[in-house]
Amino acid sequence: MSVDARAGLRRQLTLIALFAAAYALLTALSTHSYYQLILTVVPIWAVMGLAWNLLSGYSGFVSFGHAAFFGLGAYFVALAQIHWGLSPWIGIPCAGIIGGIAGLVVGIPTFRLRGHYFALAMLAYPLALLYVFEWLGYQELALPMQREAPAAFMQFADHRLHAWLALALLIAAMLLTLWVERSRFGVALVAIREDEAAAEAAGIRTIAWKLKAITLSGAMAGVAGGFYAVVLLVVTPPAVFGMLVSAQALIVAMFGGVGTVWGPVIGAVTLVPLSEVLHAQLGDVIPGIQGVVYGVAIVAVILLAPEGVFWKVRDMRARRGPRIPAPAAAPAAANANPPKTLLLDGDVILTVENVSKAFGGLQAVRSVSLEVKRGDILGIIGPNGAGKTTLFNLLNGFISPDQGRVLLEGKDVVGCAPYEICRLGMGRTFQVVRPFRRMSVHDNVIVGAYVSAASAGQAEAQAHAALARVGLLEDACRPAGELSNKQLRLLEIARALAGEPKIMLLDETLAGLGAGEVEEVIALVRQLAEEGRTIVIIEHTMQAMVRLVQRFVVLNEGAVLTQGQPADITRNDAVIDAYLGRKWRAANA
Amino acid sequence: MSAPQFIENFLQALCAGLLTGILYGLMCVGLSIIFGVMRVINFAHGDFMMLGMYAAFYAFGALGLQALFGAAAPYVAALLAGPLIFVAGLLVHKFLVSKVTGMRGSALAAEGHYAQLILTLGVALIIQNGGLYLFGSTPVSIPTPLASNAWEIGPLHGDAITVFVNQGQTVSALIALAVVAAFVLFMNKSALGKRLRAAADNPAAATYMGVDVGKTHQLAFGLGVGITAIGGGLLASGTSFQPYVGLEYVIVMYAGVVLGGLGSVAGAFFGGLTIGLVQQLSTLFLPNQLQNTAIFVVFLGIILLRPNGLFGRVLRRT
Repeated sequence: MSVDARAGLRRQLTLIALFAAAYALLTALSTHSYYQLILTVVPIWAVMGLAWNLLSGYSGFVSFGHAAFFGLGAYFVALAQIHWGLSPWIGIPCAGIIGGIAGLVVGIPTFRLRGHYFALAMLAYPLALLYVFEWLGYQELALPMQREAPAAFMQFADHRLHAWLALALLIAAMLLTLWVERSRFGVALVAIREDEAAAEAAGIRTIAWKLKAITLSGAMAGVAGGFYAVVLLVVTPPAVFGMLVSAQALIVAMFGGVGTVWGPVIGAVTLVPLSEVLHAQLGDVIPGIQGVVYGVAIVAVILLAPEGVFWKVRDMRARRGPRIPAPAAAPAAANANPPKTLLLDGDVILTVENVSKAFGGLQAVRSVSLEVKRGDILGIIGPNGAGKTTLFNLLNGFISPDQGRVLLEGKDVVGCAPYEICRLGMGRTFQVVRPFRRMSVHDNVIVGAYVSAASAGQAEAQAHAALARVGLLEDACRPAGELSNKQLRLLEIARALAGEPKIMLLDETLAGLGAGEVEEVIALVRQLAEEGRTIVIIEHTMQAMVRLVQRFVVLNEGAVLTQGQPADITRNDAVIDAYLGRKWRAANA
Repeated sequence: MSAPQFIENFLQALCAGLLTGILYGLMCVGLSIIFGVMRVINFAHGDFMMLGMYAAFYAFGALGLQALFGAAAPYVAALLAGPLIFVAGLLVHKFLVSKVTGMRGSALAAEGHYAQLILTLGVALIIQNGGLYLFGSTPVSIPTPLASNAWEIGPLHGDAITVFVNQGQTVSALIALAVVAAFVLFMNKSALGKRLRAAADNPAAATYMGVDVGKTHQLAFGLGVGITAIGGGLLASGTSFQPYVGLEYVIVMYAGVVLGGLGSVAGAFFGGLTIGLVQQLSTLFLPNQLQNTAIFVVFLGIILLRPNGLFGRVLRRT
């Protein structure tokens, strides 16, 4: 961890400690049991918001169904106490386990879906459970009063104890979130949110991280639900599985701001007391006022500050105050020269045998065979629609070929997931750049570094080396979305480079660059090859390629038209007809 | 259960499923204009339907329709709900939904789908809970003499099988069929319908062709909720409802639209019909209370296994 990061963490922990102290003090001073109840409910909804945020805020998979985990937790605690006499002190942790398992069970099928389909599918789970619990005859469960040993069942006479307990849960949830955010876990989730396919190609096993996130998130929601049952003493299906539960989790998080530990807390501290007080004052006259408050709040957020209160305020302060360009602290262990791979001249690193792929009636790639030798720069050219990018997608596992084999260092990788192929040593960039736009340049690259790094420190060093290699060290702290086209191209190279790949697939890396910029990037690619990396590059501009590559493969209509030395290719009649056109022939005749 | 008994129950459920399914089909047609064709997510669609139910309820009670139309009054009320909710839809679109759709939406993450989903979730909460204040929480329904009458088919197979067909539901279903047919004709034949489809298909290209995409989207949104409101109004004379009823139907409608294949108005109708059949036939095997659970499970099954609908093609892009 760099010095900056450590200072940031210390500041966060101090803020959390201050918040906890203030909240505990406020609770100590509260006298009325009604206010004590509100002080208890606020942290519960904040925990729900944090649970939602952990999955949806960081990974971008919006859940409309967190009530499922909350309700299962609540019903478990209630039923276990009624039937087995189980104390909530044990029941609530168990509720967390149940919520976690439910998260995993829901996640496995549902993560096949994307976007709004995921959100709508998540909605169905709590609603289905709601009717099941009604059918089971649990319309209204009351937790039995324990006169013998109330404290053993969390039934305190002093309700402030409930509020303090809720606060303790909240602090635990905040620390957990902070840990996720600052670890490899959080980086992976945000990368998934920004661009799932690029994350997969950069070596992230996306499904594993998503399942971890929904499990942890479900566990937090289960704990919140279990504690809610203890505080309210009555559990009904609509109160714990209802739409408003899922909506409240989402709304407190989005109101405060997603993707930060403070967002859900700000949302809960603002909205929960507001809706409770209005409900107490006007509930008789205007039933449903709580729902209206949440509805208005979320409509206002979407229209006025879609990023949420936390980020809005931070942006405003950042604009007012001087912008501090945080210098990239160079880790002492940074190794500017990556270890050279052993140069075994001539051995074949990548073999493509007879690979074909059709989309419906369109034969995108037909019986392509080629070999790439270690240390080579192979250029793939061909007109639009020739199947160049599809070929890359077949190589790095985005799509599976209908037939044929792809051997990476002799190992058949057909059927392997993109992240596995990446870990075997294949890095790639994209024709249309796919940076993780809202992550910093440094974080973009560290995603790639985790592919081969054994520890966080090593990942840091590899990322630093890769940034230095492409010359982006000075921009390390900027968000990737701010970069110029050339810098984005370099960023993608650095992201692939950080994983220390044996072979790099560069998809139109020179596209859209000015003449001078092309020279810079070509020089970089050539150096990378000289250091022992194998490069396969797709390009349109023949002129630049002729000076860069050692060998060409020409694709046309999905098939290999010809391959050979640049000098031969530019003189080949078939290539000229298919690709270069008559002008070339006239000019070079 | 004896065999004739089972057949009787099956035919009865089939009949009820067809009648309910046609109404669901009408509601799905309304949603399909918004979700299937325009690709805008309206989470509050069920709540607009609920508004349609109450609009029909109050129109029936307050406007003296009964004196004018007699037994036809509930159906006239249901048809009146359409234009009312159409106007409500226009307003909600103008002031809220348009901020996160069309050209503005495409600037947002995931083409604005999350923003639409969450914005309309807020609208749904406001309508539901505002409805609680305006309409009260006591379930109501539109009393119609036809709803308690049935045609008797049979006895068939000797004396063993008799099927009852509810008259009120049958009339509702026939009206729903007429509305669907009229709407499909409108979309396919009229100039306005063609503009709607063009604006939905490719907003930018439609703009270059001189279509006012903003207005057209607004119109489509109004039409979508208006048509679903007619479905709600027709349903209101057969079942009791309260302000929270929309949520149950929103799943039904999305299930139907997805099942029928996005983008196809007629497909949405058959999707809704299928959902109605599944719901009613599930009562043969499941307790009544689990009808909705059955629908949710079917919904999950559909989007997990056939996210492009039963007839949709699978397209993948990297």
